[in-house]
Amino acid sequence: MMRARVAFSGAIHSATPRAGTEGLRLEDGRLVSETDVVWLPPFEAGTIIALGLNYADHAKELAFNAQEEPLVFLKGPGTLIGHRGATRRPSGVKFMHYECELAVIIGRRAKNVPRAAAMEHVAGYCIANDYAIRDYLENWYRPNLRVKNRDGGTVLGPWFVDASDVADPSNLGLRTFVNGKLTQQGNTRDLIFDIPYLIEYLSSFMTLAPGDVILTGTPQGVANVMPGDEVACEIDGLGRLVNTIAADAVFGR
Amino acid sequence: MRPVGNLSTCTIPFEIAPFRLSGAVYGALLNHSSALAELGPKAAQPPYNAVPQAPVLYIKPRNTLTVSGSAVEIPAGVTELEVGACLGLVIGRPACNVSTTEALDYVAGYLIVNDVSVPHDTFYRPSIRLKARDGFCPLGPAVVARGVVADPDAMTIRTYVDGVLVQTARTAELVRSTASLLADVTEFMTLAPGDVLAVGVARPCPRVRAGQSVSIVVDGLGTLSNCFVAAP
Repeated sequence: MMRARVAFSGAIHSATPRAGTEGLRLEDGRLVSETDVVWLPPFEAGTIIALGLNYADHAKELAFNAQEEPLVFLKGPGTLIGHRGATRRPSGVKFMHYECELAVIIGRRAKNVPRAAAMEHVAGYCIANDYAIRDYLENWYRPNLRVKNRDGGTVLGPWFVDASDVADPSNLGLRTFVNGKLTQQGNTRDLIFDIPYLIEYLSSFMTLAPGDVILTGTPQGVANVMPGDEVACEIDGLGRLVNTIAADAVFGR
Repeated sequence: MRPVGNLSTCTIPFEIAPFRLSGAVYGALLNHSSALAELGPKAAQPPYNAVPQAPVLYIKPRNTLTVSGSAVEIPAGVTELEVGACLGLVIGRPACNVSTTEALDYVAGYLIVNDVSVPHDTFYRPSIRLKARDGFCPLGPAVVARGVVADPDAMTIRTYVDGVLVQTARTAELVRSTASLLADVTEFMTLAPGDVLAVGVARPCPRVRAGQSVSIVVDGLGTLSNCFVAAP
């Protein structure tokens, strides 16, 4: 099942896709179009865990060697926005890029979970677009929050997709389009640290709880984006996550 | 007093309605002058190459949050943990791009934060495995209203291990004052009501072993006490 969380007509609703259209069906029966609603992140996120350099080709693109341990960083709740939201690009920066990622949502408390049992703790999946502004990189707890945890810098959605509807999460194609042009392409089969490994690793030192989410990293093909650009991230079976880049003026800056 | 909502691994009592912790706890690395002093010339050498320009932040996720009186587990294979005694600001209303002069108006109150870590001497990569372990962020003992504290940049934080004073830290020695830290952080990320910002740990940090107890005392804020135990 695919479920969205949307604001419509004064309330927040759960919604499901309508087959064969771009529309939605609210849980109260109303049929609405995709652009009539405000899309929110499709679940209440707990701890937001992100992976850096988790595709060999992207690590190579950034000139990094193979790692012994996953590069993990955390994000706060204020960075999240939903499908069709806007992400600010501050004036004066030279390199702001999207990162299309498979997001894995935890459904069952996980502590010291072995690899073989790890997938039992997954509730579902969604698409994440995890923006970074490379101008702000410094070599302290890198990448730090000014690069990766900006307001509106992490887009989640459009749908929360039940784990039972994703036959093989280790073989999903990912694609990003900027203004309709394909700029990034990869497949989750190329993850350096796969989902069971990450759940085993993380749960060995921190208890994961329902709602915690793991953003599993991005393949090669990141590119600079400018105000007005439309960025669409696709993952096989999970849909298409669209957002736009907005200039400072939109935010009164 | 009521428990924090929505956090399965955290129950923090509150004394000031309607303020409740959101569960988001941020810390500022190297924001106490003693921490930069400890690094000395290394801060300008590889892999860092330069002292930090913007605030360097880390997150203590919800699995780390715990209350005064709880036991903190020392992981297997580790003999000592670092005690990161620190002042925490509790945000009272959404703080986005606030000015230094107005920053403290966005603070609802204060509490004591113990940012516990497995000792590590490199700050190049985020050390999640060493800082985000279960129970590694005792908070409390309560949120004290802003008006009770005359000047958050003139507070003394005393750490005792088994009753012996082992560290005295002063917020007057912060690199960025509480107000300028809030201004610089909210330039790029909005802080929400109930978020906590730990303003900077003095270094070197006291270390504790299994069987020891830590009390962090701040005048006006009370005492945050926790014991440390070996992992079963």
